[in-house]
Amino acid sequence: MSVVIEQPKSPRSRKAANWEKYGWMYMRASGAILLILIFGHLYVNLFVGQGIKGIDFAFVAGKWANPFWKVWDGLMLWLALIHGTNGMRTIANDYAERPMVRKVLNYTLWIVCAALIILGTLVITTFDPCIDPNASTYLPGVCAVK
Amino acid sequence: MPQKPAGTLYRGKVGMWSWVLHRITGVAIFFFLLVHVLDTALVRLDAAAYNGVIGTYKTTIIGLGELGLVAAILFHALNGVRIILIDFWRKGAKLQNVMFWIVVAIAAILFAGFAPVHLMHVFSEK
Repeated sequence: MSVVIEQPKSPRSRKAANWEKYGWMYMRASGAILLILIFGHLYVNLFVGQGIKGIDFAFVAGKWANPFWKVWDGLMLWLALIHGTNGMRTIANDYAERPMVRKVLNYTLWIVCAALIILGTLVITTFDPCIDPNASTYLPGVCAVK
Repeated sequence: MPQKPAGTLYRGKVGMWSWVLHRITGVAIFFFLLVHVLDTALVRLDAAAYNGVIGTYKTTIIGLGELGLVAAILFHALNGVRIILIDFWRKGAKLQNVMFWIVVAIAAILFAGFAPVHLMHVFSEK
């Protein structure tokens, strides 16, 4: 794919959807939402309570007992991975001069992005706190004593 | 003799360096995100395995690395707001320079609030 730059004075061609424009809009829209989601994520996970020292399986199970945090984390997963992958695509397009290199980089980026989104979504939606043998101690009534 | 390029509105100034920083922090956050999705995925497999991996996040070295990660996120997020304002706010382009320093100031204040608390957690006994 070679980059074709139209004559600035030529009328705008409306043959295909303007994906670059949608990408440009997506970066700004998702960025604004991610600011709230990630600042909230850092505040709850790294700042309050014991911070990083308080994070373990029980901490995650406690958060995901509430659908609010499942939606929060799921949104963060989708928005951040697409935002980051699109940013990396921009960088690859800027610096990879050979078309084949650019193509391979872009395909790799989107395959990794899709794989991690599928993996992360499955993890959040099928999460089972009771796989922890100690779960009955911090989630009594939810998990049976093992 | 090669000559130094003449001064421009962009090159070597706040506009360029904010762009460079935005790229570098963006790439760094992206690679952390890849790792972070994978380590969190362990909660679906085994509680002990997840606790083991998250234990490395609590070590001194990685704990200090988290300071860098948070600094990168703070700059990238706030400079992103600056970019949105440049694009959509009538006065944005005109005020991009002063907005960069406002971004740096807000990021520094938030970082100053976060860093001591995080360091206390990292160096606490438990």
